[in-house]
Amino acid sequence: MPERPLSPALRPFDAVGGWTIAVVDSLGRFGTFFGEALGAVVTPPFKVRAFLDRINFIGYRSLLIILLTGAFTGMVLGLQIYLTLVRFGSEAFLGPAVALSLIRELGPVLAALMVTGRAGSALTAELGIMRITEQIDALTVMALNPMRYLVAPSILAGLVTFPLMTAIFDVVGIFGGYLVGVKLLGLSEGTYFGEMQTFVDLNDIMTGFWKSVSFGVIVTWVCTYKGFNVGHGAEGVARATTQAVVLCSVLILVWDYFMGSILQ
Amino acid sequence: MIKVEGLTKSFGRQKVLRELSLEVPTGSITVIIGRSGGGKSVFLKHLIGLLRPDAGRILVGGVEITGLRGRALDEIRRFYGVVFQGGALFDSLSCHENVAFPLREKLRTPPAEIAKRVEAALAQVGLEGMGAKFPAEISGGMRKRVAIARALVTEPQIVFFDEPTTGLDPVLVNTIHHLILDLHRRSRFTAVVVSHEIPEIFEIADTVAMLHEGRIVEVGPPAAIQASANPVVRRFIRGEPDPSEGH
Repeated sequence: MPERPLSPALRPFDAVGGWTIAVVDSLGRFGTFFGEALGAVVTPPFKVRAFLDRINFIGYRSLLIILLTGAFTGMVLGLQIYLTLVRFGSEAFLGPAVALSLIRELGPVLAALMVTGRAGSALTAELGIMRITEQIDALTVMALNPMRYLVAPSILAGLVTFPLMTAIFDVVGIFGGYLVGVKLLGLSEGTYFGEMQTFVDLNDIMTGFWKSVSFGVIVTWVCTYKGFNVGHGAEGVARATTQAVVLCSVLILVWDYFMGSILQ
Repeated sequence: MIKVEGLTKSFGRQKVLRELSLEVPTGSITVIIGRSGGGKSVFLKHLIGLLRPDAGRILVGGVEITGLRGRALDEIRRFYGVVFQGGALFDSLSCHENVAFPLREKLRTPPAEIAKRVEAALAQVGLEGMGAKFPAEISGGMRKRVAIARALVTEPQIVFFDEPTTGLDPVLVNTIHHLILDLHRRSRFTAVVVSHEIPEIFEIADTVAMLHEGRIVEVGPPAAIQASANPVVRRFIRGEPDPSEGH
C-alpha cells in the first residue's frame, strides 16, 4: 500500500523522531560494539601477537611525538608559570605548579590527544580499508571473530600504552620546565624538585593514571568502532577517520572534566 | 545441497531480492549470472551468512542457516571457502601467511603441516615460490590465485566465488576459470560462482542461474540457458541493452 504523504504540520515532528531514532540506534550499536569487544578481551584465545603489534602501533610509534610535545609543553609551562609567580615573589613554587599541571591535567589530556592524532586516526583508516576491501568479511567467513583479532588487541593495547605515554609525557614535561626554570631563568635545582616532592602526592599521580586509562579505552573504542562501521570507498574512510579524531578529542575533554570532578 | 526458498531483502525502500528461490546440487558448479547491481553479490552474502534476509530461508545440508548466529553459524562456515571479489587478502601478511592463516587460526594445524599444505596450495594455483611476497607486490591475477589457494587450503565442502575474474584481462579470465574447473575436478567441492563473464563462464558451469531484478528468472545447464527463449536471458547473453531503460 503506498504511504500517505505527511501533512506539513507534522513534518518537523517526523524529522525530530527520525533523528532521535537514528541517534538511539547508533548509541545502541556503539554500546553493543564495546560489549562484544570486552567479551573478546576477557575470553580466550588471547591474540598475544596482535596485542604486541598494537602496542608497537599505538605506543612505540607515538613515542617521538610524545617526547616532543611533552618537552615543549613543560617548557611553555615553566616559562609562563615562572613569569606569573615572580610577580608574587612565589617562584619557588614553579616545580610543583609545573608538575601538578602536567600530572593531573595536561599530561593525560595532551598525550591522549597526540596519540589520537597519530595512532587513532591510523587505526580507523586501517580498519576502514580492511572493511571496504572485505578483509573483515574474510575473517568472519573463516569462522574467526574479527573483534578478537582486530578490536580486542587495540583496546588492551590502549589500556597499557596510554598510561605509559602519559608517564613519559609528564616526566619529559617536568624536565622541560626544569630546563627553562632552572637552567634559563636561574631558579635553584633544589627548590624546583624539593617543593615538587612536598606538594605532589600519590593521589595526584593516581588521578592522572585513571584519566589516562579511561582515555585509552575511549580512543581505541571510538577509533575501532568508526573503522569497523565505515561507509563506502575512500570517501567513507576519510569521513570515518575525521569523525573518529573529532569525536575522540571532544570525548577526551568532556570526560576529563567529569574525571577531574570525581577524582578531586 | 544448498536450498534457497523465497529469499527477500530490501535496503531502505529498495528491494534487492524478491522471493528468490534456487537449489544448488552437491558437488556441482552453479554459476549465477546477471547484470551488475542486480543483487548477485547481495545473494552471495546471504549464502555465506554476512547478511540476514527480511524473509525466506537458506538450507545448507538440510540445516537452516538464516536464523543462526555466532557459534552455530560458525559451525556451518567451517565447511565454507570464500573467494572475494577483490581477493580480500590481508595486506599485512605475506602470501604464504595469508594461505596459512585459516590453517593456523581456524583448524589449529601443526606448523610443520601448515608449511607443507601452504606450499602445495600455492603450487596448485601456479604460484610456487611466491609465498614471501606481500599482496601489494603481486599482480591482480596473482592475488586472485592466492585468494583461491587460501579458500581451498582448508579443503572446504562448499566454495563461493564472488566475481573471481573481475578486472582481469581475457587470458587471465580463462586461466582462472580453468583453475576453478581443475581444482573442482580434484576436490569435488560444491561451487557457487557469481560472474558476468559471458560466454566464458559457460565452459565451467554445470548449472547456470540467471538473476534479474532480484529473482532467478531461468535455471538450467549452460546449453539450455544459451538457447533460452526468455528475452531477458537472451538480451543479457548477447549483451543487448534492455529496451525499457532507454538511452
